[in-house]
Amino acid sequence: MSAYRITGETGEWEVIVGLEVHAQIVSQSKLFSGASAEYGGEPNTHVSLVDAGFPGMLPVLNRECVAQAVRTGLGLRAQINLFSRFDRKNYFYADLPTGYQISQFEHPIVGKGTVEIELSDGEIRHIGVTRMHMEQDAGKSIHDQDPTRSFIDLNRAGVALMEIVSEPDIRSPEEAGAYLRKLRQILRYLGTCDGNMEEGSMRADVNVSVRREGEEGYRTRCEIKNVNSVRFVMQAIEVEAQRQVDIWESGGEIDQETRLFDHVKSETRSLRTKEDAHDYRYFPEPDLLPLVIEQSWVDELKAALPELPEDKRARLEKEYGVSRYESGVLTAEQSVADFYETVARGADARLATNWILGDFFAALNRTGRSIEDSPVSAEALRELLSLISDSTINGKIAKEVFEDMVETGEKPSVIVDRKGLRQVTDTGAIEAAISDILAANADKVEEYRSGKDKLFGFFVGQTMKAMKGKANPAMVNELLKRLLAS
Amino acid sequence: MSLDAKTVAKMARLARVGLSDEQVHTYQKEMQGIIGWVDQLNEVDVTDVPPMIGTGLAQPRLRDDQVTDGNCRDEVLSNAPDREGPFYTVPKVVE
Amino acid sequence: MMSSIFDHTLASAREALRSRKISAVELVDAHIDAIERLDDGLNSFITRTPEQARLAAKEADALLAKGEGGSLCGLPIGIKDLFATEGVRTTAASKILGNFVPPYESTVTANLKRDGAISLGKLNLDEFAMGSTNLTSAFGGVENPWKRRDSDAKLVPGGSSGGSAAAVAAGLVLGATGTDTGGSIRQPAAFCGIAGIKPTYGRCSRFGTIAFASSLDQAGPMARTLQDCAILLESMAGFDPKDSTSVNRPVPHYEAALGRGVKGLKVGIPKEYRIDGLPAEIEAIWQQGINWLKEAGAEVVDISLPHTKYGLPAYYIAALAEASSNLARYDGVRFGERVSGASLDALYEATRAAGFGDEVKRRILLGTYVLSSGYYDAYYLRAQKVRTLLQRDFLKAYETVDVILAPTAPSGAFAWDEKPTDPVQVYLNDVFTVPASMAGVPALSVPAGLDGRGVPLGLQLIGRFFDEETLLAAGSVLEQAASFTHRPTIHAGVSA
Repeated sequence: MSAYRITGETGEWEVIVGLEVHAQIVSQSKLFSGASAEYGGEPNTHVSLVDAGFPGMLPVLNRECVAQAVRTGLGLRAQINLFSRFDRKNYFYADLPTGYQISQFEHPIVGKGTVEIELSDGEIRHIGVTRMHMEQDAGKSIHDQDPTRSFIDLNRAGVALMEIVSEPDIRSPEEAGAYLRKLRQILRYLGTCDGNMEEGSMRADVNVSVRREGEEGYRTRCEIKNVNSVRFVMQAIEVEAQRQVDIWESGGEIDQETRLFDHVKSETRSLRTKEDAHDYRYFPEPDLLPLVIEQSWVDELKAALPELPEDKRARLEKEYGVSRYESGVLTAEQSVADFYETVARGADARLATNWILGDFFAALNRTGRSIEDSPVSAEALRELLSLISDSTINGKIAKEVFEDMVETGEKPSVIVDRKGLRQVTDTGAIEAAISDILAANADKVEEYRSGKDKLFGFFVGQTMKAMKGKANPAMVNELLKRLLAS
Repeated sequence: MSLDAKTVAKMARLARVGLSDEQVHTYQKEMQGIIGWVDQLNEVDVTDVPPMIGTGLAQPRLRDDQVTDGNCRDEVLSNAPDREGPFYTVPKVVE
Repeated sequence: MMSSIFDHTLASAREALRSRKISAVELVDAHIDAIERLDDGLNSFITRTPEQARLAAKEADALLAKGEGGSLCGLPIGIKDLFATEGVRTTAASKILGNFVPPYESTVTANLKRDGAISLGKLNLDEFAMGSTNLTSAFGGVENPWKRRDSDAKLVPGGSSGGSAAAVAAGLVLGATGTDTGGSIRQPAAFCGIAGIKPTYGRCSRFGTIAFASSLDQAGPMARTLQDCAILLESMAGFDPKDSTSVNRPVPHYEAALGRGVKGLKVGIPKEYRIDGLPAEIEAIWQQGINWLKEAGAEVVDISLPHTKYGLPAYYIAALAEASSNLARYDGVRFGERVSGASLDALYEATRAAGFGDEVKRRILLGTYVLSSGYYDAYYLRAQKVRTLLQRDFLKAYETVDVILAPTAPSGAFAWDEKPTDPVQVYLNDVFTVPASMAGVPALSVPAGLDGRGVPLGLQLIGRFFDEETLLAAGSVLEQAASFTHRPTIHAGVSA
């Protein structure tokens, strides 16, 4: 594929992108307190005195959050650090009750890993993961309720996050999008993050720099904070890279700074920070011990890990003979893959693939339902396919039955019986129908016999019509050939 | 190491303790003295000595993932100097 | 001298209550009365809670009458105002906490309550436990009930648990809680002629205790005798799942260790504690302690704790760094005193400028500095490495000795106006107590005698991790040998 380049006045520029993705860990309670981690809730109800930073309150680490971080690390095929540690990141802000965030700065729980992405032309690229660590989320400041005051809701304060830091390996908006979607897919497969960007359970800080084609090393980068959709990340990279190219080409310099992406104006702008703004004064969190985990526990978690998207894809291709494209669609969500396998296992796999990617998806789209609340269960669909395979019904009737299933939710066999759609395989009945048709269309029979082969389709159609669509198509073909030849 | 007034003022801003210029001056002298005194630690050979992190006595302990706390808004807000309905308040933050 | 209710130790009062020689109401009323008589002057209490105490005393009597009640049932104590007490104002002796009323109880005070102890109120301390004179309290300094024979000058009670020490010494309570970060139980205990124990780090839960330096803070008992301390510690100590640094070990019956004696025990005398300019009286009391232990059958061994000298500077770096972070939460948003400002930062600065005293600000600034970019390695990291060396010093010493004997403080109590103006000189008060804090090992102080001007001096014993029992055994020998029966000038049992 041709590389992504920005064409400036003076030549071609390459884009260098690294992403820091904050993903909320799926857990019942917060990272260091027993308050609910659930999204939403009345203001300041999912808050304990620990989260509100009351004097003398102490953090106690949530085992499941650690397990989730380990699972995620394993899913990223990354190094799991048996020794990790929490540090305090000190800064004052209204939504940070203790005046410090507890985060793993120096010793993260997960080290180097990789994420494999596939681009639209099928090219595979590997994006390095530098590290992943656990940290606390902050609360929320609400600015639009009062003319002079901001209101503080601490429901989010202390919720567990994973920060997944990529290497600066990303070279285009498309790659950034593919990386984010892939990461999201892996996290959802693992059940470690729900990937819901609207609710903020995944958001990205985007580091962007540019360099001339062929140039070595990196130029100054800017960090675009808190971008909350894949599309915006891609747009932000595009406009930020262009901005930087314009500055470099006009002889300017890029300041290393934090910027915000405004998707309405489609521009990034500087988050002006005060002089000597940040000095986080990291130091080991003295209220917690270093986190030491056992290899045996990691092994246990690994053994219980669900199949990852890449593995599942390869397996589907092998076991069910689906194409690379089809396996991609079928594994996009774990629920789709599960549905597919329930149908395809023990059925005609090709038939299952075609039906799911065709009529089934179309029905979901049409009814606006998701696979989780599909009007047709995987078991029902499998039964339908087996009715086709064992010649109880033919493919055309199957479509009619399927539409009925979508509408009524009834089992296919029930519908077939109710409507009397069982396929006719009685040679005598089909022969009788054919004889009638041949007699009524003697002229066409003559034409056919004198070489107009195309008329065969006409006879098939007439026969099926006479049989109300229920005749076995193969038998119709065979009998027609024989009778027309005689 | 020398600790000048500018550094003290910077620390005061980082720590949000709001010092007047005069106080900066006073603290600078005292802090300079204390830092001069702690600089004797440079005499200690700490080659290959790991930093002490925790006393190494307690066993690492992890909590079960259960909701056991929260839902105590009245307590959470009980001491708030300025509260508005279910919220804490601060002067408007402009981003 | 006529025997009075104020002659009781915690242990003897416990017996008198159980045998119904006195009632809890009588005992509590007498102490409330003593507080009213004496504490306007001493200023050892920040908040008095007589009504709650009287109610609790009635309940205690009902239980005692049935032969029930916990190990501390009906015994009046005081709580250092660093422990959060549910429904009772908790200040840390700082303006910034204003009228903070915690909706929760610290684990240590909850344990004492569970066992029936009755709190008479919250005791004064150095602001946020930062000091060794109790003069940095926003609620005024505490007067040591002891006076020099030759002067009426107000003496400091030591700190930071100065209110606790003074209240116990003056007979206003039978025992008190303290906290010790670098000597804050032991040094005021020595200054006020009482006993105090800083247990092993992790022995008492820190949950609900306002933090000064998390890796050093440890709660402990203060009382007239080691037996009283043992009784209190048994109640205060124990594993707490809410404190990740709490250690899960059974709590021994500490009282039982008191009579073990020291026969065959090896006692280490660290040569590095013989610092330049150590007053002869301190030297003498230390030698006296050595002799007492020898006479009781202990073997005394000279040992070396080579990094002692660096304990104090390393302590200040570690403690202040942690403190600067621990105190960030006092920002006028969720609790405590707020001074309004036009912007968020203006609010923070105005609130903290008005709310924190000078010493606290000084320590926050220093802590901020040693953690700041470019200095972390030079200061904080190096200090924590030195801390490892300090701990190794002790572990090595305990290969050959069971317990270490040293003075508690380099002087007896000094007058309010004798407090040095140079902060470093003030910090030197902690020179003998800080190393044990840094290492996390347990230590205690017992009153050993009076100096030439009639002011008490203490001796310190430092033990192995979780070996508070050996400390109590050895301490008890010192206590009996010293037979310290002196009373301070200001005491509840002395009629005015």
